[in-house]
Amino acid sequence: MEDQKKIDEFNARIASGDVIEPKDWMPENYRKQLTRMMSQHAHSEIVGMLPEGNWITRAPSLKRKAVLLAKVQDEAGHGLYIYSGAETLGTSRREMTDQLLSGKAKYSSIFNYPTLTWADMGAVGWLVDGAAIVNQTMLAKCSYGPYARAMIRVCKEENFHNKQGYEIMAVLAKGTPEQKAMAQDALNRWWWPSLMMLGPSDKDSPNSGDLMKWKIKLQSNDELRQRFIDRTVPAAEAIGLTIPDEKLKYNPETRHYEFGEINWDEFFSVIKGQGPCNQERLQARIDADMNGKWVRDAASAFASKRNKEVAA
Amino acid sequence: MSESIKNEWPLWEVFLQKKAGAPHEHAGSVHAADKEMAIQNARDVYTRRNEAINFWVVLSENIVATQPEETGSLFDPANDKTYRHPNFFRTPEGVKL
Repeated sequence: MEDQKKIDEFNARIASGDVIEPKDWMPENYRKQLTRMMSQHAHSEIVGMLPEGNWITRAPSLKRKAVLLAKVQDEAGHGLYIYSGAETLGTSRREMTDQLLSGKAKYSSIFNYPTLTWADMGAVGWLVDGAAIVNQTMLAKCSYGPYARAMIRVCKEENFHNKQGYEIMAVLAKGTPEQKAMAQDALNRWWWPSLMMLGPSDKDSPNSGDLMKWKIKLQSNDELRQRFIDRTVPAAEAIGLTIPDEKLKYNPETRHYEFGEINWDEFFSVIKGQGPCNQERLQARIDADMNGKWVRDAASAFASKRNKEVAA
Repeated sequence: MSESIKNEWPLWEVFLQKKAGAPHEHAGSVHAADKEMAIQNARDVYTRRNEAINFWVVLSENIVATQPEETGSLFDPANDKTYRHPNFFRTPEGVKL
């Protein structure tokens, strides 16, 4: 049983807006929830490289290829910033990686969808990174210092991701009828998964209560989703694309868009492993880990040999 | 502890200097087998957009830090020495120091 006095002091620090740092006392459950959330976030960045990596060799121009390459490299960087932050809670990166590869740890459901055409690179940057920005802007103010600082860095870079994706869509939407249809098709396929990506509705989100109490999350999933919709719909209209939701309607009184029912059955089945690419994504990570093992071992062996030489 | 966790490359803390004259500031950490790789990885992870003109990498285990529990006893003595600050002293009117 943890010391109630310490818990009260901790809660008071959170309430007063204090930022918690790695060596500060924290309730075991705060550490546990935060480790779960941050490792899941880091895994998402790493797995998130796969759907876009798929198009690097087939980008339509050298400029688009350079941009996509830089974007995918950023995602690796984001994963590493967040692992670095999560490690300060006492779990090593290797341990987190093992949890991902064994299927024990989750990553964002959105990356279990395939990227079928070039327009998907537009849709992913615009919608998936757009939804991520809404979430990460909130997390940049969260109560855990290393997470908040990693998010500030991430948010700066996500804006580039978001804009390059939207530009791809805008260019296609202004192109030939086939190109416009390709952009619309990508929007149709990515819209709903992007809304789901912000997490289950508040009433079905088991971890939200604790996370909000501790100011790890400052807004609920539904609030974030609304904000994402409100800022994305006008951007779609501006380039002549249609959001695939017949019930979508602006409400001038609330100043928000009302939208149709989200298919949560699909969301939960993708999380449970039934998405179109779950096995492929995980296998790609397992292969990468296995194929890189000899490099890691060789570098360790070289370093320890040199350390011995220096000591001798 | 599994074999793979035991064999993980050590952790290095990364400190970036943003521009000439600025102090080095902690940015995060990287794993690397040796110092050359630590420099390489820190460059790739933390300086893709001119975030630094120079940086340090330090093995995390070599950093010695104060503990939050000591904050009181370490820093309290500063509180009752207001005479360390210039506004503790009075100067005659009209005199500028």
